[in-house]
Formats: sequence, C-alpha cells, structure tokens
Amino acid sequence: MTQMADAVHPTSHAAVPHGDAHAHGHHPNLEHHFDSLTQQFDAGKLGMWLFLATEVLLFGGLFCAYAIFRRNHPEVFMYAHQFLDTTWGAINTVVLLVSSFTMAWAVTASQRGQRHLTSILLALTFLGGVGFMVIKAVEYSHKFHDGLMWGVHYDPAKHEHGHGHNGAHGAAATAAHGAADHAAPADHGTAGAAATAAPAASTHPEATTSVHAPETSGQPAATGAEAADLPPERAPLEPSQVALAPAGPAGLHTGGHDLHGPRPDNVHWFFGVYFTMTGLHGLHVLAGMAVIGWLFVRSVRGDFSADYFTPVDLGGLYWHLVDLIWIFLFPLLYLIH
Amino acid sequence: MSSLNPAAAGPLVGAPAADNYLTHSRGFWSWAATLDHKRIGVMYLAGIFTMFLVGGLFAVLLRSVLLTPDAAAGGVKTIVDANMYNRFFTLHGAVMVFIVIIPGIPAALGNFVLPLMLGAKDVAFPRLNLCSFYLWLIGTAMALASLYWGGVDTGWTFYTPYSTKVGSSGAFGGVVPVVAGAFVLGFSSIFTGLNFIVTIHKLRPPGMTWFRMPLFLWGTYATAVIQVLATPVLGITLLLLLAERLLGIGFFDSELGGDPVLFQHFFWFYSHPAVYIMILPAMGVMSELISVFSHKHIFGYKFIAFSSVAIAILGFLVWGHHMFTSGQSELLGVIFSAITFSIAIPSAVKMFNWLTTLYKGSIDFKAPMCYALSFMWIFGIGGLTGLFLGMMGLDQHLHDTYFVVAHFHYVMAGTIFVFFGAIHYWWPKMTGRMYDEGAAVLASLLMFIGFNMTFFIQFLMGTRGMPRRYYAYRPEFQFHHIVSTMGSYVMLAAVLLLIYVLIKSLRSGRPAPANPWGAGSMEWQCASPPPHDNFKTPPPVVDAYDYESLEWDERVGGYVHRGRRGGPAATH
Ligand code: HEM
Ligand SMILES: [Cu+2]
Repeated sequence: MTQMADAVHPTSHAAVPHGDAHAHGHHPNLEHHFDSLTQQFDAGKLGMWLFLATEVLLFGGLFCAYAIFRRNHPEVFMYAHQFLDTTWGAINTVVLLVSSFTMAWAVTASQRGQRHLTSILLALTFLGGVGFMVIKAVEYSHKFHDGLMWGVHYDPAKHEHGHGHNGAHGAAATAAHGAADHAAPADHGTAGAAATAAPAASTHPEATTSVHAPETSGQPAATGAEAADLPPERAPLEPSQVALAPAGPAGLHTGGHDLHGPRPDNVHWFFGVYFTMTGLHGLHVLAGMAVIGWLFVRSVRGDFSADYFTPVDLGGLYWHLVDLIWIFLFPLLYLIH
Repeated sequence: MSSLNPAAAGPLVGAPAADNYLTHSRGFWSWAATLDHKRIGVMYLAGIFTMFLVGGLFAVLLRSVLLTPDAAAGGVKTIVDANMYNRFFTLHGAVMVFIVIIPGIPAALGNFVLPLMLGAKDVAFPRLNLCSFYLWLIGTAMALASLYWGGVDTGWTFYTPYSTKVGSSGAFGGVVPVVAGAFVLGFSSIFTGLNFIVTIHKLRPPGMTWFRMPLFLWGTYATAVIQVLATPVLGITLLLLLAERLLGIGFFDSELGGDPVLFQHFFWFYSHPAVYIMILPAMGVMSELISVFSHKHIFGYKFIAFSSVAIAILGFLVWGHHMFTSGQSELLGVIFSAITFSIAIPSAVKMFNWLTTLYKGSIDFKAPMCYALSFMWIFGIGGLTGLFLGMMGLDQHLHDTYFVVAHFHYVMAGTIFVFFGAIHYWWPKMTGRMYDEGAAVLASLLMFIGFNMTFFIQFLMGTRGMPRRYYAYRPEFQFHHIVSTMGSYVMLAAVLLLIYVLIKSLRSGRPAPANPWGAGSMEWQCASPPPHDNFKTPPPVVDAYDYESLEWDERVGGYVHRGRRGGPAATH
C-alpha cells in the first residue's frame, strides 16, 4: 500500500505542478485542495482502503470471539449449526455474489461513461441487497419463532425435544417427546411435563402450512439442518423423527445429516455469535445499499463521466467488502463439520 | 479576536494578512459548517479545553473528598457519598481519556498544523474532518448525558460484570450512554487518523520527502496508524458490551458460560495502543519544541522517526500486562512482560535524542520549552515506573494500587504538559497574538510543582498498600492524601493562571510576527494567522531543523530568512 502510494505520488505531481490545475480550466469535480483529478482519485482510493481495513478489524474482533468460543467448545458449534438453514444461506451467498458482479460491471460501465448501463447495474445491485435482507429477515423470523436466540433469550423449549435432545431420556420417552414437541406451542414452557399430551400434534392449527411447504419440497437433498431448523409445528411428522433414539446413529439419521447427540451446555453461544455476526453484517449491507442508492441517484442525474467516476469506484469497493465478509460468515456459521 | 494586528501586517507579510482564515468569512455558519482545517482545529481546541476543565473539576472534587479517611475513622466526608465518589472517578477518567487526551494533540493541534507543516492546502478529506468534529461533539454530549441516568460507576475501563450487571438505575443506567458515546468518539478518532494518513501520503508537495517531514508529522502519522488499526476493536468491544447489557447476549457473563476476562482482553487490545495514541503525538511535539528552543538541529532524526513507528507496532503486543492478576496463563504473562520491557527501548531512544539535542544548545526558557522540559522529567518517571509494573511478580503487589494511579498520571497526564506547551507554541500562529511570557512561564512552573506534589507521593502510598478507587482509607494514609490534594490545588491555580494568560493575549496581546520562535518548519513561513488557503504556492522545502539560515529581525519582532530580510518574507 505504502509502496504503491509512494510510487504514484511523484508522478501525479510531476504531471501537474502544484497549483497549476486552475490554469488548465477547473474540472467541476476537482476540489480546491487537490492539484489534479488523479491526485484526488488516489487520495480517495487510499482513504477507502483504510476505511475497509477498519471494517475488517471491526469484524476481526467478532471473528476472534468466534475462534475462542469454537476452540473451547467445539461441541456447541457442531450441535447448534444444524439449526441454520443451509439452503437459504447458500441462496444468499449467490445473491450477494451476483450483486458483486453487477457492481463490478457498474464500475466498468461508469469508467466508460455509459450512463444508462451504470444506472441499471446500480439498480440491480441495490435489488441484490434487498433480496439478501429479505431472506435474512425470513431466517431471523424463524429463529425468533423457535426461540433459537442468544444468551438469556435462548429458549428452544418447544423445539429441542424433537430434534436430537435424547441424552438422558430413554427411547420411549424420546419418542414421546418427539411427538410432544409438535404439541409444544400449545403448552409452551412445560414441554417436559406435558409430554403425554402428544396427540395434540395433529390438531395444531399451524401443523402444516403451505407457506413453509415449498422450502423443503423443492429440495430433495434437504439436509438435517433444514429439517431441524423447521419449527415443530410446520415440520411434517416423519417417522425418522419420531424414532429418534440414543440407540445408534441409524436412528438419528434425518434427511442425510446426522443430528448429534445430547444437547451440550451453552448452545446459546452459537446463536449469540450468529446474531452478532450476521446482524452487524446486515447493518453493513443496509449501509451499502444506502450508498448504492445514492450512487444511483447521482448516476441518473448524470454526475459521472469517463473522467470522474470516483464515487462509483469507491462505493464498489465497499460493496465488495460487505460481500467478502459474508463469504467468510457463510461457511463459518452454516457449514461446520 | 479577529480584527487583528495591523502591525503584524507591516513589513513582514504585506497586505494579505488582512484576509486571514479568521477574517475570511463571518457569522455562525461560517464556523459551524467550515471545511477549513484551521477553523476545525480551533473549534476542537475550544471544545477539548472546555472538557479538560470539566474533567479537572471532577478531579479536584475527588481529591477534596480524600482529604479525610472516612467517617468511621473520625473523619467527616462532607462533599459526596461513596457512590457519588465512584461516579466522579469514572467520569473523570472517561472524560480525560476518551474526550480530552486522545483527540487532544492530534485533532486540535494536529488539524491546525499538519497541512501547514506539510505545505498542503488542507487535509485530504475536509468534509470527513468536519464530520469527525461533530462526532466528537455528539460522543461528548452522550457521555455527559449519562449523568442524567444516574451516572456510571464502573471506572473508565468498563470491566464486566460491573458494567453489565450493576447499574445506578436499572438495565439502562448511565453505562449505556457513556459506552455508546465512547463508540461514537472512537469513530471520530478513526476518521481523524484516516484523514491524516491519506494527507501525509498523498498531499505532500514536491520536495517534501518522508525524511524531510518535521518529526511532529512522524508522530501524528504513527498515531494515525494506531487510531485506524486499534480503534475498530474498541468499537466492536463496546458494541458487544452494549449487546450484553441491553440484550443479554452472554459473551462476557459467567452465569451464561461467558468469560468476563475476554472483555479485558478486548478492552486492552485497544486501550494499551490507545496510550500510545495519547503519547506519540506528544512526543512529536516534543521533538519540535526541544529543537526549536535549543536553536539546535534535532539529534538523531531517523532514530526518532523510526522509534515512533516501533512504538506503534510494539504497542499492539503488550496488552496482557494489564491482566497479570486476572488469571492469564503464566506463559502468556512472561511473553507480555518481555515485550513490555522491550517497548521501553524506543521510548528511551527518544529521551536520549532529546537530551543530546539539548546538549550545548542555546536553550531559551520560553513557556513551551518549560513545558517540554517538565515533560522530560515526568515522562522519565512515568516510563521507568512502567517497568516496575511490567514485572509480573512485582505487579502482583502493585496492581490496582495508587502506584498504578501515579504511573499512568505521570505518562498520560504528562502529555497534558506537552499539550499546553504546544498551545503556547502555536498560539501566535493560531491567533496572531503573543502572550505574556513571564506569566506563562510562572504557570508552567506552578503546574510542574503541583503535578509532582500530587502524584509523586502516590507512588509511596501505592507501595505501602493504598488501593486505587477507594473512597475510604486507613488513617495512616491521611498525610499522603493531604499532600496529594494540596498539590492538586496548586495545579488548579496553575490552570487558572494559564487561562488568564491566554485570555489576556486574545484581548491585548502584541501582534505576532510570522516566526516568533525562529522555527524552521513550514507553518512559520506563512503569516500569523495564516491566510485561508495556507499557501498560494508552497514555499520551497527546506530542512525544518536548520536554524542557521534564520536570523532575528528587530523590525518585525520575529525571525526571518537570512537574505530575505526586509523584503516580502516568505509568506504564502
Ligand atoms: C515505558 C513504557 C510503559 C510501560 C513499560 C508501561 C507499563 C504499564 C503496566 C505494566 C501497567 C499495568 C499496571 C497494573 O494495572 O497493574 C500499566 C498501566 C497503565 N499505563 Fe503504562 N506503561 C508504559 C507507558 C505508558 C504510557 C505512555 C501511558 C499513557 C500515555 C500509559 C498509561 C497507562 C495507564 C492508563 C495504565 C492503567 C490502566 C488502568 O488500569 O486504568 N503507560 N502500564
Ligand atoms: Cu498498557
């Protein structure tokens, strides 16, 4: 970075002696304290890179926390990640990658002075952001609904019994719980004691709603994580689930994915990490969308041209960083083995 | 303040002095919405100085409380009760650290001086610069607003679980606004650092190579690197703290299996480098003051420059020395201890270079120099006692005693001396007025005496077992406490005198020449106060520490370049 900056510096001055820019007619976008557009562009770019460095460090703290928790308690991560919906996660990854592509294209288009193309591509990028946030909102709302939240709010009472929590229970008891969890929403908080109320399951009003059906129906290879992620009341009552037993791995097998044994302590850590990381990332996506929206307005207004496209370029860098962070978050949170 | 000095405009600077950055435009918005780095610097200075007085007020109150041991031991505590005492020391610390010292030299003086020293027209991103200032204002307002919610009593370190569980009033408490305010202040600091790095990289005029830069710029550059690299970690730490307190996220909460010591790691990962954010710019100013007022070329320029960078890098690797007693592993402790010792080397490099610069110089005991020399004494003690604390074994005994309080005041509050020295040094440039030298020197002496009275005896108290952050204490410490409190009153008197000197200068100070001290760096080559644009064409870059080519010119009451005497001196 430093090297590069140094290398660029003397030439930009050599080309345009200090204070000389005015003589060549003042470019409307050249601010008074710069000598040349090149110098202004270089400064902006270095500034943006530094800003990105601070963003990386901001997330760096969280990655550190992740590493510490995971190293100390791998079992929490092994167990809890199964509750994340890999399909949605993967779709979101694709959405962001595509939006990164349209953004990169928008930068090129603006460098070439193609105003309309730039505007269209910026709009597409913006839509990518919208899509990402909508999917994230869907995922969040499922987690909230299932009580799969952080710290003190972690309360999956209605959920866990059907999915892998079988440590201390006998097979029969587990089977009963498996059924009971479908009833749980009705008697939230007393799931254990109410296990015998199992038959209520089929009568639960939300037992199978069409809203949720498409999620899994189109996915023959639906993983256990997805199945596990479904709140009980919308999970189709599958024999394999009812048969959950500590007896052997075969009994734990759901949808091609092993649900791991007893629920470890402090599962809430995982969701704490998940929500802080994806939450902070989501805020950055929103910020990025604001930037892109602003670029769009300026692009439509005709502010950019082949010799002035700095904001698009810098906004693009920011958007790529936001994508990049997600590229790290996705495997770290969703794809743990 | 702004209808200034016809005389200064005299032979030296010609007509343009009438149009300087102060008179360039008028009215409230011309300041509040200004993009001029000089005005932003002046606004910072006014704000920071005011907050210094607020923090100082808390300090004097604290010291006054400590005049008597406690009611049970026969003393009478009249001023505040124990809880209020906790809030006072917390706010004192938070204000002084986050609001005063961290932005002090870089944001206030650095903003004013950096582009001028460099020969640039402004910082790279003037709007971002203004934004930093407003973030500073907002963060400050938030920190003070905590008083409304019952204040904060965690100490400025916000250790968990105090900061997450205990609160003066419910879940919200004063902690939330203060911590959120510190977060905002952090971004103010990041943006300042970012701006300075880019300015130094990209806005140096031709001829201003890295090794021609005055050492103050090296100091601010190293500082800016730390600001940019360390502060985001503070940001995320504070966010997690807020999430912990407001949402119960459990990272730092042992009841939920979390780890309170993790918070300490995060916190010190920023806050140790932060002590170098405080001191590196001060060291940069020191190099200027020592050289200028010895009228002698700075000794070991490159050593000083690189030692700043070395300190900046090493500063990232020593945070564990704050946690020797927090249950960190012994191996880790040994490593942190060793690196802590090694950081004393670049610090000492600077000290010895300053000493060597002084040697056989013709020393001029002007007020800035008096502050600079005070700092050498004070930082010497502060740095050496840091080595005591860096010894794992000894720190078991000294940790969280008044010894630590004395140590960090000798280093951190030591930078206040440089801050004051710098204010006096650049005052003529900023305001176009000279100040009353005699009174200013007197204030600096009083400050020096008061400071050592206040804090030296705290080393003794600490080694004898007086713990820090205590409201009541055993009667045998009363003598020490009384001496310490008296010292703080002396400092109060010194600060009042200093304010008097500065106000008097604004009112009736002699108009300042362009170069009253005989300094060689570029800011002294434009008029006092500088014109709006700094330099129409940048002056030729010369060795900033070459004093041979300068000579005193009686007619302008300042220094001019040899050979340019009487002519239109090197202005913009
Ligand atoms: C020669 C370099 C230095 C060394 C070896 C050193 C060493 C230490 C050590 C080991 C401690 C921990 C003591 C304890 O808590 O038991 C400490 C505390 C502290 N130091 Fe330094 N230090 C140095 C320079 C500085 C500087 C330059 C500053 C500020 C400008 C500073 C500010 C502080 C502060 C604020 C604390 C106390 C933090 C707290 O607990 O509230 N130190 N120092
Ligand atoms: Cu430290």
